[in-house]
Parts: sequence; structure tokens; C-alpha cells
Amino acid sequence: MQLFPCPFCGPRDEHEFHFAGEAGKARPDTTRTVSPEGWAHYLNDQRNEKGRVREVWMHLTCSELFAMERDSVTMEVLSSAPLREDAQ
Amino acid sequence: MAKRYSAWNLFLQGMRGHKGWGQAWRSPEPKKRYDVIVIGGGGHGLATAYYLAKKHGITNVAVLEKGWLGGGNTGRNTTVIRSNYFYPESVALYDLSVRLYEGLSRDLNYNVMFSQRGVTNLCHSEPEMEMAARLVNAMRLNGTDAELLDADQLRKFIPALNIRPDARLPIHGAVLQPRGGTGRHDAVAWGFARAADAAGVDIIQNCEVLDFLTEGGRCVGVSTNRGDIHAGRVGAAVAGHSSVLAEKAGVGLPINSYALQAFVSEPLKPVLDTVLISPITGTYVSQSDKGGLVIGGALDRVPSYGQRGNLPVQEAVMAGLTEMLPMLSKVKIVRHWAGIVDVTPDSSPILGPSALQGLYFNFGWGTGGFKAIPAGGYLFAHILATGSHHDISRPFDQNRFTTGRLIDEGAASGIAH
Repeated sequence: MQLFPCPFCGPRDEHEFHFAGEAGKARPDTTRTVSPEGWAHYLNDQRNEKGRVREVWMHLTCSELFAMERDSVTMEVLSSAPLREDAQ
Repeated sequence: MAKRYSAWNLFLQGMRGHKGWGQAWRSPEPKKRYDVIVIGGGGHGLATAYYLAKKHGITNVAVLEKGWLGGGNTGRNTTVIRSNYFYPESVALYDLSVRLYEGLSRDLNYNVMFSQRGVTNLCHSEPEMEMAARLVNAMRLNGTDAELLDADQLRKFIPALNIRPDARLPIHGAVLQPRGGTGRHDAVAWGFARAADAAGVDIIQNCEVLDFLTEGGRCVGVSTNRGDIHAGRVGAAVAGHSSVLAEKAGVGLPINSYALQAFVSEPLKPVLDTVLISPITGTYVSQSDKGGLVIGGALDRVPSYGQRGNLPVQEAVMAGLTEMLPMLSKVKIVRHWAGIVDVTPDSSPILGPSALQGLYFNFGWGTGGFKAIPAGGYLFAHILATGSHHDISRPFDQNRFTTGRLIDEGAASGIAH
């Protein structure tokens, strides 16, 4: 079993975590017209990088979302931090 | 040198100590220019090269493989062949593949050991049985074979199955596709490679594509670790590394790469004469001709390029296996591995031109690439030869993510992944 670090609860079993998505994906500005290509890109396209990735994860037992950096080949966790800087 | 594989040649070579067999394929140096370059020497890439030569008479073709032939998902899958899908577009695609598989050993002069022992999808509740009846009707309307089995029929068909009503996940029946089955995965890659090579295709291993060559916004070839190679058209069929390759062309893809794991047990006497799939327990299993149980499960739900197994999925898969077939609980697992699969939002593949002119994609087969190898190669060869879609491949163009006309088999046919 791999241990993932929750920024709020510390290292916990990988079973307790859920991958939520790639970090840094901005929703299109809907106050303007969004093209079908723009929606398709936002909704479907993934960076899907090999190597260092930054992702949003949820620790299911405390229901907190957080940002985790890891290596998508070795599965090594490189960092884990709250999404908001003011979060405890 | 004996070229053709036949009972007579086997006998003849047997008398001569098997010293007269030629190489199955050459290992030529890459030329400077080809009509078509196919990136990826797995099943789809090799089949594409074969059908380019056979169907379209285009033999000035190179298959570039960064590792060795069939070393990716072609050599890592669980060898299941089936076309039990819901939508007409999908059945047209996958049933073309089953039909090509049915004649493939003769076509390639290479025994791919396609064994049509049936694919049996279990149902664990009455609502699931109703959805199963809907799927059977859809499959028959779409022109492929399907049967709905109740628990009594299933008990006779698979005596080892735990059909007790007090089971944790009681079995109510199943969808059987009798024409489905298993093949020999390595033989599919090797058979296509040998037949493509015989037709004049250059298969170049240990040749990694580093970048795409463009002129005036058009792809005109590839830069590799063995030099630049120019081509009229470039096709890519690289499965798990689709996003990595497309990124070099500056093209975005709606693909996540995940590890999909598989297992093989110690060899047993014949115990299971069909491919048994249970979407609810997340486990499927068949028995190879050597006697080993070939077992698979659901995807890891974490994007990954790590080609190896892990324990949480192993635990889930083995729990599902012993739930269905408790008599196997003492059987030992001897190997455990993973392949990296390229999964699209609707669990259907992407076939057709990319955003870069001159570059074509055969991507997104996800967990079901092996069964689709002949059809994927057949259609991709058509696209590369003509520059336009085949009727069967057109619905699978990447533009469906913009038009919204998805072919959502993940939902429709209850594919677990």
C-alpha cells in the first residue's frame, strides 16, 4: 500500500484518496460566447503528462480537496498542499 | 529457406532438424523516405501496415517502434475478442474485427489461435437482467450474435460458477456472445509483422520518434533517434503514449492514460470453457490453452504511465474471482503486470485526421484495443491510403467531442471501464 500525504490529516492509506482532476484548468468565461471548440477543449482535453504532474485530489475521510504533485511514472509523491493558502 | 508455415513444411523441417526456417521478418535500416510511416509497432500499427500493402497496394511503408514489436499493450492484454456493444457504430466496428479475426490465421498464414469459446457477461440482479435483454436485442438488431441465459442455463454452461441464491452477489443470468473468445496476443503481432514484411513493409525496431517534421503547417515526416525520415502521410497508433506523442505535434487529446492490470495463475486442468466477465465484481477470467487462468480487472482510477501492478487492485480482482468461482480460492497467481491504456471520455476510439495536416491518429482504444486490432488496422490503412474516412471509422473522428455526438459505450453496454 502506498501512503499519500493529506495536508490536513498527514500520511494515510491510498484507499482513502480520490483523484479529482488535473490542476489549473480554467473554466471558459461564460460572460462571452464560448465556441464549441472551446467547450470541447475545456470539457474533454487532458494534458495527461508523463512525469511530474500537478493534480487535485480529495481525501475522502476528511472530504478536503488539495493539490498533490507526483510523478506519473514512479507514483512518487513530490508535494501536497491545501488549495487555498489561508486553509489550515 | 521455408517461407510458408504448413503441416508439410513442419514435417519437412522436422526431418532436417528445424534448421531451414527463415527469419520471420527483416530488420532493415530506415530509408530516407516512405509513402507512409506508421508510428507504433503494436498490433494496430502492424495491422495498418499489412492492410496498406494488401488492400491498397502501398508497400513503401515503415513501421517505427521505439521498443520491440508487441511489447506494449499487445503483449499485456488478456486476449479477449468480442463485439458485444450497444450502439450500431460500435458493433459495425468491433464486429468487423471479429469477422477479420475469424479468417486471420489463414489470411496471415500464422496461427493466431482464435478460440471462439464465447464471452459471458454476468448479471447479478433483476434490473441488470432487464438491461441485459436490452443489450441482447440491440446486438441482434445490429447484426451480431447474442443470447440471454438464465441461471439454469448458466449452471449447465459453467458448472464451476457459484450460482447459490445466498451468494454475496447472486447470479441471475448472463449475456453470451458465442462468437467471442480469446486469441494468442503475441501471434497477432508476429503474424501481422511477418505478413507485412513479406509484402515489403520495413519494420524498424528501437526507433523512437522524437519530433514531427513540418513544412508549411503540414507534417512531412518524423525525426527519430535513427535520423530524419520523410513520408507522404504519417499515422500514429501508440496507445498509452498517445498524449505524449500528440503533444510533440502540438495537438491536444481527450485522453487519460491509466494502468490496467492483469494476472496469470499456475496452470490448471480445464476448468473454464468461456470468457467470464462480471462488471459488478470487477473481475473477468478465461483459461489459456496452457491452463493458466488469465485474470483482469477494472482500471486504476489514477492517471499513470507506470507499467506495473499494485496491491489494491489485486485485492479487488481476487475478491471478485473467488466470489464467482470459490473453487479457485487456493490457486496461486504466478504473474501480475500492467499496461498503460488510453481512455477517452466515451470509451470509444479516435480514428482519423489530426489537427496537424498529414498526421493521422489511431488512438483511444482504452482497455479494448486487442479485440479491435484487425479492424483498427483495416480502417486506419483506408484512412492513410485515401486521406478520408471509411464509413465505419467516420463516427469515431475526434470531431465528435466538438459536435457532442459521442458514442458512449462506457454507459451503454455496461463496460466496466
